[in-house]
Amino acid sequence: MSIPTENKQTENIGKANKRKYFLESVSSKLFMICALLSVITLVLIIGFVFYKGSHPFVVGGYSFIDFLFGTDWVPSEDKFGIFPMIIASIYATIGALIIGVPIGLFTAIFLAEIASTRVAKIISPAIQLLAGIPSVLYGVFGLAIIVPFLQNTFGLAKGQSLIAVILVLAIMMLPTIVTVAETAIRAVPQSYREGSLALGVSHIGTIFRVIVPAAKSGIMTAVVLGLGRAIGETMAVILVAGNSLIVPTSLTDSIRPLTTNIALEMGYAAGTHQEMLFATGIVLFSFILILNFVLAKISAKGGN
Amino acid sequence: MNRALKEHTKELVKQNETGKGISEMAQRGKGNAKIKVKDLNLFYGEKQALFGVSLDINEKEVTALIGPSGCGKSTFLRTLNRMNDLIDSVKITGDIIINDENIYTSSDVIKLRTKVGMVFQKPNLFPMSIYDNVAYGPRGQGIKNKKELDKIVEESLRGAAIWDEVKDRLKTSALGLSGGQQQRVCIARAIAMKPDVILMDEPTSALDPISTLKVEELITQMKEDFTIVIVTHNMQQAARISDKTAFFLNGEVVEYDETDNIFSTPKDQRTEDYVTGRFG
Ligand SMILES: Nc1ncnc2c1ncn2[C@@H]1O[C@H](COP(=O)(O)OP(=O)(O)OP(=O)(O)O)[C@@H](O)[C@H]1O
Ligand SMILES: [Mg+2]
Repeated sequence: MSIPTENKQTENIGKANKRKYFLESVSSKLFMICALLSVITLVLIIGFVFYKGSHPFVVGGYSFIDFLFGTDWVPSEDKFGIFPMIIASIYATIGALIIGVPIGLFTAIFLAEIASTRVAKIISPAIQLLAGIPSVLYGVFGLAIIVPFLQNTFGLAKGQSLIAVILVLAIMMLPTIVTVAETAIRAVPQSYREGSLALGVSHIGTIFRVIVPAAKSGIMTAVVLGLGRAIGETMAVILVAGNSLIVPTSLTDSIRPLTTNIALEMGYAAGTHQEMLFATGIVLFSFILILNFVLAKISAKGGN
Repeated sequence: MNRALKEHTKELVKQNETGKGISEMAQRGKGNAKIKVKDLNLFYGEKQALFGVSLDINEKEVTALIGPSGCGKSTFLRTLNRMNDLIDSVKITGDIIINDENIYTSSDVIKLRTKVGMVFQKPNLFPMSIYDNVAYGPRGQGIKNKKELDKIVEESLRGAAIWDEVKDRLKTSALGLSGGQQQRVCIARAIAMKPDVILMDEPTSALDPISTLKVEELITQMKEDFTIVIVTHNMQQAARISDKTAFFLNGEVVEYDETDNIFSTPKDQRTEDYVTGRFG
């Protein structure tokens, strides 16, 4: 700015700048409004769910502890205990992780490190496409293939079970885990690879000793995102869960996770029953909030 | 230090010429061809990058590779530990014999790379502790004993003249070191494998002058124990530290001779133009 300029020129520039500033401020306000819209929606939804869901505990005199740890859910008898559903959700999610994470991780390693470019170029998009399949179709697939399979192989009275949910959820989280983990592995600098190979370490040794540890935070992100997908899944689960209201004690037990409880009963519920379903939503929402918090922590760590 | 060693080497060469000091020479193993390259051609797909390269690299000497950008120095260097195998399109003809073994017909790449170490242009320490970085190679060889690893790590870091600077922070992340320190830990990591040959691709190009000097000093010390092949864009560096110099141009070796000859009395006009800075 210390460079001397002719007055006239400065004036013109000033005018042009004014217009620019005007456009600038208008468009930034427009963006602001859009951003606010989504924030408002979020606040409205959360507020509404919390308002409705907390009503029975704040006003109706129900105990929140009994709600969380009660084992009976019989709305007609005024019994609202969601403990079996919490356990069902946790078991189903952990089970899906136990199956989905290793398979997803090995697939990601294969695609990023081992497969030839040509093979990876076919498989990677195919897996990404899996993520786009509507979840109800996964449910239909589970109901048509997995459930009868379980029924026949293990001689179950009812194939809809915890293990069926686990399998369907594991399949559903695969695309997320594979895609995110593959990206993380590909992002590991080539120089690490070369450094390790140049020390006479085999390709597989290099993968497990340098590349996977270096991609650790990305892989953790993949796992948490997959987890989020599993815990929030509703449609596919309804079809294969069986929806029994018991605390599952075996893999072949029929279960009812939190999500399905809401989806199954919200259509006809009223009064306290309906509010208790909102409360179920609060519990589910808290789970996901905690997950997101963990995710943020991991990404922050990865940034360092 | 640097100069003294150089004088010493010259002295030895002179003695050798007059038939004296041969036993001394044999002791160090100096002057034997450690690496024999015969008629090496390399193709990236259709594109040929090396044309009939033939040269012998002597044991326990520093051999410098110089030449303008893109002339194939790195490509040549990376044929010596088969790093080019990582690129699918690479085709190679000709022979490279290291320790009397043709490295392209014997299929044990892993063993080759334990014998022929490499230091890269940019320090590429792994995101783990200094200790784990240096112990990385030996652990890959199945050495698990803590005492043994401790010993290797200390020896290697001492060998790379970095022990005193890092001995109190061995368990901290290696990426917290300065660039120059990192590069010397990279050298330590290579030394830890007790290789015969160490390849260096512009190891000082990312370093400040002081660090560069330290690494150069280190290289002159290291040739007591290792055969060193170094790519450099720095003419003074080649002149300071190397015994022999190969001048590459467009994938061919134009001239390969004692470093002193290359810089004082080059036989080829193109070499002269290059070392005097007239092109490249
Ligand atoms: N992966 C590759 N695929 C195709 N061509 C390559 C590849 N790597 C190098 N080349 C080509 O081979 C030739 C030699 O490259 P090289 O990297 O060996 O040169 P250099 O002498 O090391 O150059 P610099 O001094 O810039 O490092 C160049 O023409 C380059 O474009
Ligand atoms: Mg190069």
